[in-house]
Amino acid sequence: MVEHAPLTLPDDPQLVTNITHFARALRVAGLPAGPGRVADAIRAVEAAGFTNRADFYHTLMACFVSRPEHRALYDQLFRLYWRDPRYLEHMMSILTPQVRGVAEDRVLRAAERRAAEALLHGVDRPAPDLPEAQDQGTEIEIDASLTMSREERLKTLDFEQMSLAEMAEAKRIIARLSLAVPPLQSRRTEAALRGTRPDWRRTMRAGLSRGGEITEFARKARRSRWPALVALCDISGSMSAYSRAVLHFLHAVANEKGAGWARVHAFTFGTRLTNITRHLAQRDVDAALKAAGAEAQDWEGGTRIGACLEGFNRDWSRRVLGQGAVVLLITDGLDRDAPDRLEAAMERLQLSARRVIWINPLLRWEGFAPKAAGIRAILPHVDTFRAGHNIAALQGLAEALSRPGDAGEKARLMRLMAER
Amino acid sequence: MQSIDEVQAALSAQGYVCGRALATVVFLSLRLGRPLFLEGEAGTGKTEIAKAIAAALGRRLIRLQCYEGLDASSAVYEWNFAAQMVAIRAAEAEGGADKDTLRRDLFSGDYLIERPLLQAMRPDAGGAPVLLIDEIDRTDEPFEAFLLEALSDFQVTIPELGTIRAPEPPIVILTSNRTREVHDALKRRCLYHWVDYPDLDRELAILAARVPEASQALSRAVVGFVQQLRTEDLFKRPGVAETIDWAKCLLALDVIELSPEVIADTLGAILKYQDDIQRLQGSEAKRILDQIAAEAAI
Repeated sequence: MVEHAPLTLPDDPQLVTNITHFARALRVAGLPAGPGRVADAIRAVEAAGFTNRADFYHTLMACFVSRPEHRALYDQLFRLYWRDPRYLEHMMSILTPQVRGVAEDRVLRAAERRAAEALLHGVDRPAPDLPEAQDQGTEIEIDASLTMSREERLKTLDFEQMSLAEMAEAKRIIARLSLAVPPLQSRRTEAALRGTRPDWRRTMRAGLSRGGEITEFARKARRSRWPALVALCDISGSMSAYSRAVLHFLHAVANEKGAGWARVHAFTFGTRLTNITRHLAQRDVDAALKAAGAEAQDWEGGTRIGACLEGFNRDWSRRVLGQGAVVLLITDGLDRDAPDRLEAAMERLQLSARRVIWINPLLRWEGFAPKAAGIRAILPHVDTFRAGHNIAALQGLAEALSRPGDAGEKARLMRLMAER
Repeated sequence: MQSIDEVQAALSAQGYVCGRALATVVFLSLRLGRPLFLEGEAGTGKTEIAKAIAAALGRRLIRLQCYEGLDASSAVYEWNFAAQMVAIRAAEAEGGADKDTLRRDLFSGDYLIERPLLQAMRPDAGGAPVLLIDEIDRTDEPFEAFLLEALSDFQVTIPELGTIRAPEPPIVILTSNRTREVHDALKRRCLYHWVDYPDLDRELAILAARVPEASQALSRAVVGFVQQLRTEDLFKRPGVAETIDWAKCLLALDVIELSPEVIADTLGAILKYQDDIQRLQGSEAKRILDQIAAEAAI
């Protein structure tokens, strides 16, 4: 940034105060409007002048908004804030309990609601006390001597057949799991003793210190980098036990320390697609999944895999699959939509991703055969097909990733499919 | 340029039709000396704006096209090693210059290959150049961090030569297609603008400015069809660049009126994915044409 001259405020201190307050409201609504941006905004308004309402809107927008999804929120807040100087009283009068009957009928749009909450922030109006969620299951004291064998048993137990207590314990094991990832070759280079490319810069520098005599030839090699992981997790009714376990697993992978995936993106789908990446960043796994669950409103509902994948392809694939990402598709493949639509979406997905891994808990059944139309549509367009019904299977996933050619059960099932 | 109106007028004189919002951020960027970060779908005119600004101000345009693996030696500077080798051999043949002179000579401006970032730091007779950092989302995070540093104080340090500081900071424009999220730290140093698809009237104005030879009726039909196409469920919606391309294609084919057959033949100019093209083949194009005709009748 250019050195800032000492800030000279415009003559209108009212405006400065207002912009500061407006920034505070934006901040509460979740926009990163720090003090640096406030200073910039004041300077920008000073430069652009305060004559035209539309210009004022665009000026502040350029300073406070840095992501397209923030635009709607900014727009709402701008309207609320600059329309009525006594916005706070106004908003409060809408939301006070006396006129609740009216307020409840009014279906506030999501952005508007968040905007309203932001404006009312700090106003002493506590939310009604909700009863604390009951702890699921009771605390289990684990006898250290028995831990190993219990763990061994749990690892092969189907998630669906676990009791609440066993599930709680399984989650603790899952939290320790990791998903090792093979690095990709980057196009960048680094100095390496046995590299294959000449490093002219270092060679010359070393040679010059000996008066231009080049005795040693410096080399460099391609650097390695880590790909991103994109998980698409089915949360429909038939998958609920597995998807919860898998989400725990994803949380563990996303929060693993040290080298690993460049980024972990997670999406849930049932009847609609939800991005829960943000929530996985929370350190506490229960809080993270609770927040994710609140956002995805289609838990244990029906499935529309084709439509959801189309949505993913259209809105997200270009943004998250860019640099050699690996896609983890967790679903049983039981889809109600037309199979040709699903097949087209899968084909597009495989073309955009470096590798698509399908985890299907149904595969645990001995006689599993690709009969359902959805499964037959997905199977040809995945690189690897594996079971994911217990902890051992999730552990096996790491091995599958480290072998580039691994196809899991795909070949066998493709043969079965051809026989029919 | 003294006001937003002037910016808008100067850009449209260059054939770039822009809305008030974009003109405002361009004005602010010029006035406050801050980089401008433009994000939006491919083909919405992000790169064009940099060209238009450079032309309007009469400045030199320096373009840094980003790609995966872009590093300092292709973005900032590189020594001309081959020439340095020749110089060493020549010095030896002449009977050996002393070490210090040789070093001073070899690492001087003569052997320096300047890349876009360093070029932009150099003084220019016509005023500070416009530096376009195109498709920043294609690089990786380490380069982004490096750029953050270079853009904060507009200086570059070369160990053998010392620090080179821009006498006048260049006008910096960054673009991103959003194939990944650029870090907030970099965005925070810039003025941000999301470049959206233009509405019907503005797209007509753009087409009139860029393809003036197209008749008004054809322009209307083309823009109307593309606008309708953007509301369809497509994998990649056509950008303004595609609209212009398509209009040029139709002109080259001497088309006067849009028909389903003409559309089917020239679809490759607006849609770039096989799935999308397949959707539009057959009765779909006719349906959209009919829909536009029905809307126009109301």
